[in-house]
Amino acid sequence: MTAPVVTGIGVAAPNGIGTEEYWAAVLRGESGIRRITRFDPTDYTAALAGELIVDPAGRLPGRLVPQTDHMTQAALVVAEQALADAEVVTEDLPEYSAGVVTSASGGGFEFGQRELEALWHKGGKYVSAYQSFAWFYPVNTGQISIRHDLRGPSGAVVSEQAGGLDAVAKARRNLGVGARLMVAGGVDGSLCPWSWVCQLQSGRVSDRSDPKRAYVPFDAEASGWLPGEGGALLVLESPEAAAERDAGHRYGQILGYAATFDPRPGSDRPDGLRRCIELALADARVEPSEVDVVFADAAGVPAADRREAEVLAEVFGARQVPVTAPKTMTGRLLGGGAALDLATALLAMRDSVIPPTVHIDQFDHASLIDLVRTTPREQPLRTALVVARGFPGFNSAMVLRRPA
Amino acid sequence: MVSGTSTDGSRRVAISGIGIVAPGGVGTKQFWDLLTNGRTATRSISMFDASQFRSRVAAECDFDPVANGLSRREIRMWDRTTQFAVVAAAEAVADSGVLDVLVPERTGVITGTACGMTQSLDSEYAIVSDEGSAWQVDQAHASPYLYDYFLPSSMAAEIAWRTGAEGPVGIVSTGCTSGIDVITHAAELIAEGSADVVIAGASDAAISPITVACFDAIKATTPRNDTPESAARPFDRTRNGFALGEGAAIFVLESVDHARRRGAHVYAEIAGHAARANAYSMTGLRLDGRELAAAITAAMRDARVGPADLDYINAHGSGTKQNDLHETAAYKASLGHVAYQKPISTIKSMIGHSLGAICSLEVAACALAIEHSVIPPTANLHERDPQCDLDYVPLVAREQQVRVALNVASGFGGFQSAVVLTKPGAVAR
Repeated sequence: MTAPVVTGIGVAAPNGIGTEEYWAAVLRGESGIRRITRFDPTDYTAALAGELIVDPAGRLPGRLVPQTDHMTQAALVVAEQALADAEVVTEDLPEYSAGVVTSASGGGFEFGQRELEALWHKGGKYVSAYQSFAWFYPVNTGQISIRHDLRGPSGAVVSEQAGGLDAVAKARRNLGVGARLMVAGGVDGSLCPWSWVCQLQSGRVSDRSDPKRAYVPFDAEASGWLPGEGGALLVLESPEAAAERDAGHRYGQILGYAATFDPRPGSDRPDGLRRCIELALADARVEPSEVDVVFADAAGVPAADRREAEVLAEVFGARQVPVTAPKTMTGRLLGGGAALDLATALLAMRDSVIPPTVHIDQFDHASLIDLVRTTPREQPLRTALVVARGFPGFNSAMVLRRPA
Repeated sequence: MVSGTSTDGSRRVAISGIGIVAPGGVGTKQFWDLLTNGRTATRSISMFDASQFRSRVAAECDFDPVANGLSRREIRMWDRTTQFAVVAAAEAVADSGVLDVLVPERTGVITGTACGMTQSLDSEYAIVSDEGSAWQVDQAHASPYLYDYFLPSSMAAEIAWRTGAEGPVGIVSTGCTSGIDVITHAAELIAEGSADVVIAGASDAAISPITVACFDAIKATTPRNDTPESAARPFDRTRNGFALGEGAAIFVLESVDHARRRGAHVYAEIAGHAARANAYSMTGLRLDGRELAAAITAAMRDARVGPADLDYINAHGSGTKQNDLHETAAYKASLGHVAYQKPISTIKSMIGHSLGAICSLEVAACALAIEHSVIPPTANLHERDPQCDLDYVPLVAREQQVRVALNVASGFGGFQSAVVLTKPGAVAR
């Protein structure tokens, strides 16, 4: 399959809005985890998250604001950044040659909660005319498509925290069959009391109150994960299209990808993580020894962390490749998380520096993985692997390579 | 000798199993009987008190989860959408006879949905908010299954676990085109070699107060509450919106080579597909049908068929004023004069509009039309609309050989999709 080139990046994360703002924060080890301010979390079993506040004023046309969830507003800001970064004028592209694929989790949940409240408290006729699309899974795709006149093959995927990679893989597939440019990734997280309770009921959200010790994957005191808001969108182009217009940025290429699914919990069959990574490397025609850095899924759930560390040691050899999870500074961003990891990996390769996994004071798997903690590690990076796992069994892996 | 690889080198994809949950009955046979008899399954909403709503008509499934083999715990854990998907998948897998030869690593599951677990989220919200009385919903009253309703993962995960699939598993959602896009996504996985067999299809069960209220707000659903059985009138001059529906259609898709090696019965091949977006409006359509026409043209090109080759078109036919004009224009733009000679029908006239699921049900109708040489009719089409002047197969099914069938869809978000199905061996590729 063709290896698309990433020619634009847009980011909005709890620790930085804008690609360079986010990247600088990550290299400083600056976390966006804090007590929730969007609503009062006092009465819930957890209160910390990676909140993202994007003020739409001045960033989006006024008419879009009442019809969109705050998640979609962030996605529209990020899409605009990504396309501006790629310096592409979408109106100039051949008709139907450019599309959008985004990753979703619950859709525009805060918007949905407002309308459910109107329905149940006041009655059906108080429900907004925008509810029919503001809550639904492909809302970000549709709104980005409309705003930027992208009329090629488009869609949305849902695979919990693995979705960001699956969306980019679907975009890659579209580029393989004739599309020239795709906007792909995910910007997710619609914090509100209703979505918060839904996530808390998973039983996997950390209930700690110290923002530095709540989401600590690979740590002896790992206690679950923290949800966050945000993500990244990439502009992907076929190598021919990027060359033809002499694209200014070439962050890297999507070399390979694979997805697998775990057997039912309690099965005596092995889970699908190792096979997923090996299939992605095979798809990329890359040997494990060529991988310079791994961006881990880093679930923050002890059994899942141990399993991931074991698999990385099996595939690459114990401590043979640097591993990092800068998502300890953002929380896990549902449909946006793995897309943000792709963006972070591309920036790491560009600047030859591995961002740190902050807050891991009691590193628990030192015999298995070389986790880059505390401070960035400078070293040349040519090939990166991004691993993403989604409950209840999605595994995805993607291999990236920096331009020659 | 017919090759299992099309001329562009990608592997061809066969439909070898079909499973259905639809208004009018559970199972493929009941579904096909209803459609070919031109009966309608629309009725007054019985699932909740709908008296406050403008549109009180829907096509509900008479679905008994216990009778369909689900345990009490499963029924409590899973939203109705997942229950439909699991039951339909079981029928499809049994129909295909593929289970014994499935290789876990080479088997995938891709499901589609527009609304996911809306019904559970609607009713559970009412509980934690105490009828919408508090923004700060009360966690003390929250179901342990809320996270499984927050994301629709269970509809894919459970099918994977039941069949032992460990290849690519996921959910595709594109509003009301989900039912086509999920099948074409699965077909791409097979064509590119990521899987040999993919269990794929769509499910939606969103007949719930919030959904009814949403469509009331934009007047997309029919308010013909006094005659629910004839409320959905696509292409008819008196049409005034769709009747909300629910259901699921799940397929076993496999490479043609895989099907041939095991001697499987093949209903049809997925010969070509395309998706476009209108970049115009989240809900509205431009009446020229331009992007839908582009999707149809691209799908025919992908399938290497021309307008003259089409024997049957299964229409989107939502029965809104706007859609039926948009769609009619798209057929004329993409097929030219030939459009007037093609039988075009919509099963939404009989089983309502089940949002993301409906297109998978429509793909099933196309596969069964190919299998049985019968074209299902458009029910309730009595009064011709001068602007909808094609052959919409009114009221009565037609016995006719179908070698090439086209199914199209338009969805909120601006999505436009088309898929071409062919009778096995009918078209040189």
